[in-house]
Amino acid sequence: MMDYRLLAFAIFSTIAIFGSLMVVLKKNPVASAFALVMVFFSFAGLYALLAAHFIAALQILVYTGAVMVLFVFVIMLLNQDQPIEDLKASTGLFKAFAGLVVAGLVLVLIRTVMTVRGIAPAGVLTDAKIEEAGGNVRVISEEMFSGKLFHFELTSFLLLAAVVATIALAKRKNSKGGMEA
Amino acid sequence: MITLEPWMMLVVAMVIFGIGLFGLIVRKNLLVMLMCVELMLNAVNLCFAAFSKIHQSVDGQLSVLFVMTVAAAESAVGLGLVIALFRTLRTVDSDQIQILRD
Repeated sequence: MMDYRLLAFAIFSTIAIFGSLMVVLKKNPVASAFALVMVFFSFAGLYALLAAHFIAALQILVYTGAVMVLFVFVIMLLNQDQPIEDLKASTGLFKAFAGLVVAGLVLVLIRTVMTVRGIAPAGVLTDAKIEEAGGNVRVISEEMFSGKLFHFELTSFLLLAAVVATIALAKRKNSKGGMEA
Repeated sequence: MITLEPWMMLVVAMVIFGIGLFGLIVRKNLLVMLMCVELMLNAVNLCFAAFSKIHQSVDGQLSVLFVMTVAAAESAVGLGLVIALFRTLRTVDSDQIQILRD
């Protein structure tokens, strides 16, 4: 009998890897964007398999909801729906070199990561404990609003700064050097 | 019988990080390059979540929340920069951006 979680993992990771290959290899930026949506959805599935339910929900809300709308909107705004040949512009030698370097890096990372099988868990929050304490969302929120409250407030300042910076960047300047809507 | 273990997630995350890095090096379209950065950030997030599971603590998942916030801010500012660049140069090809050289 096959573990259904393993089957789900196989499906989600296959979609994620093929989707990210499509993001890199598709000529049309719109096709890349929609492949990226697929990748984000399968990542949400992988988070759910890791019992990180809150993160899985946020992944769909923030990434496939907000960030991808932003990307598609900018593609539309810049009229970039024509196929581009920038992948062919770089020489085969350059691509082979980049692929070799990246493959080496990934192999080293995987080799390093395989050592985690020897790690003894340092924390106490097993799945049963989290379930007993009221579920994943409750445990995360209790930790975030007690120990990490300062960091949480800092991220709100970061978001405010990002909003102001984006408006300042994307606004059209008039001839007098001032801003106009 | 094989069961699902967190290190499998780590391997997938590494592979997707590599694909994103390759795309960032090879592609010249700024929009696609930003998408590849998002891919790499997502792979790191998956690593955080998997290590959170391995260590039996929620600190990794909290880190994922902060990384998501920073990634959203990053993509907003990055796309704003791309729009500003397109206004002045009429292109999103990173090879055409060479004002400093001329």
